[in-house]
Amino acid sequence: MTTATASAGRAARAWAVLDGVPDPEVPVLSVRDLGMVRSVDLAGDGTLDVVLTPTYSGCPATEMIERSVIEALDAAGLGPVRVTLRRAPAWTTDWISDDGRRKLREYGIAPPVHAAGEAVPIRIVRGATAPAPSCPHCGSADTEQISAFGSTACKALWRCRACAEPFDYFKPI
Amino acid sequence: MQDSITVSTDPSVRYLLRLGDTCLIHAQRLGEWCGHAPIIEEDIALTNIALDLIGQARGVLTRAGQLGGQQFDEDQLAFLREERDYFNPTLVELPRGDFAVTTVRNLMVAALLELLWTRLQTSSDAEVAAVAGKAVKEARYHHRHAADWLVRLGDGTAESRRRIETALDRLWPYSRELFQSDAIDDAALASGLGPRWAELRDPWLAAMRDALDAAGLAMPTETAFLSSGRQGIHSEHMGHMLAEMQYLQRSYPGGAW
Repeated sequence: MTTATASAGRAARAWAVLDGVPDPEVPVLSVRDLGMVRSVDLAGDGTLDVVLTPTYSGCPATEMIERSVIEALDAAGLGPVRVTLRRAPAWTTDWISDDGRRKLREYGIAPPVHAAGEAVPIRIVRGATAPAPSCPHCGSADTEQISAFGSTACKALWRCRACAEPFDYFKPI
Repeated sequence: MQDSITVSTDPSVRYLLRLGDTCLIHAQRLGEWCGHAPIIEEDIALTNIALDLIGQARGVLTRAGQLGGQQFDEDQLAFLREERDYFNPTLVELPRGDFAVTTVRNLMVAALLELLWTRLQTSSDAEVAAVAGKAVKEARYHHRHAADWLVRLGDGTAESRRRIETALDRLWPYSRELFQSDAIDDAALASGLGPRWAELRDPWLAAMRDALDAAGLAMPTETAFLSSGRQGIHSEHMGHMLAEMQYLQRSYPGGAW
């Protein structure tokens, strides 16, 4: 095996390991599903360089995720590992993978519905906000927001008018 | 006890401290609502907003600590400065008041920060631009939330309207300070670090007018009063607040958990 293919093999194995590193606040999603992993490269000094983009400015899980990534890769024998945070371009919920969206819905969290890249004009009308998510329990589109902020920084609290169940909504940002 | 640090008078450092301290001190006041908000959803909302602001403050303070020939980290800057070395506008250090005061202040600050972050996305400082790229979306979300509440309270009951009007009268005089220019703003404009805050005055007034109109509230009139927190000269409330905020790091230097 040449050095180049050995390097590629180590990076490829690292990507597979990252599939198993969960977001501590939404454990159904891996850091890859969330779209946090920018790149995995083998540096000249033999260190595995992992570049992550943090999700929310104040997300308390960011430091824990950094540690989990290092621990998981070390445990898989892929160390030494260096994790770097890259803020630009800013993370957006548009980077959550299709697989991630499906997992969220199955977990009972409505995935973000609209492209978050563009600024949505602020419309100051009670009850009227951006497009409504459909209910992750029964699929109805007849839903309403209870609170713009939910159990974690990334979620809002919604309710389904059809099945009357409350649900978390991964807010588009 | 842990000694204080003295920060550089470099204008870029000062400009970033004004921004970072606005986020930090506003967040500290919002955090006081934890366990005290009128409804649980709002308890969660206010502390979530505070968390976003702390994250923004961390990015800005980290950068401020690297400039001007200093090497301070975010924690040293947050916890080890004397009162006169904080440069947030007085508005954000005022006591949290009732929920109407908090709502009006949230609107005033979120509208300001949304405009600032928008402009800072093209800052000549790549770190600041990167923080701004994320923060602008958060500020927009905070702005909408505060505006929703302003409408709910302004267009609510006689009592909620009375409280909102009282809060507006109390806080509005502190808005004048936000848009005063000085050599620090001039230097930031010249270096491309960021805009003069004064350039944001017209769009900020327009954003306030939109929200006040929707709430059926009158635009307050400008007063002659001029606060001076951005110059480091604070109200009587600042020292008490810092005493609580800094107590742990002063008594247990480097304490972490």
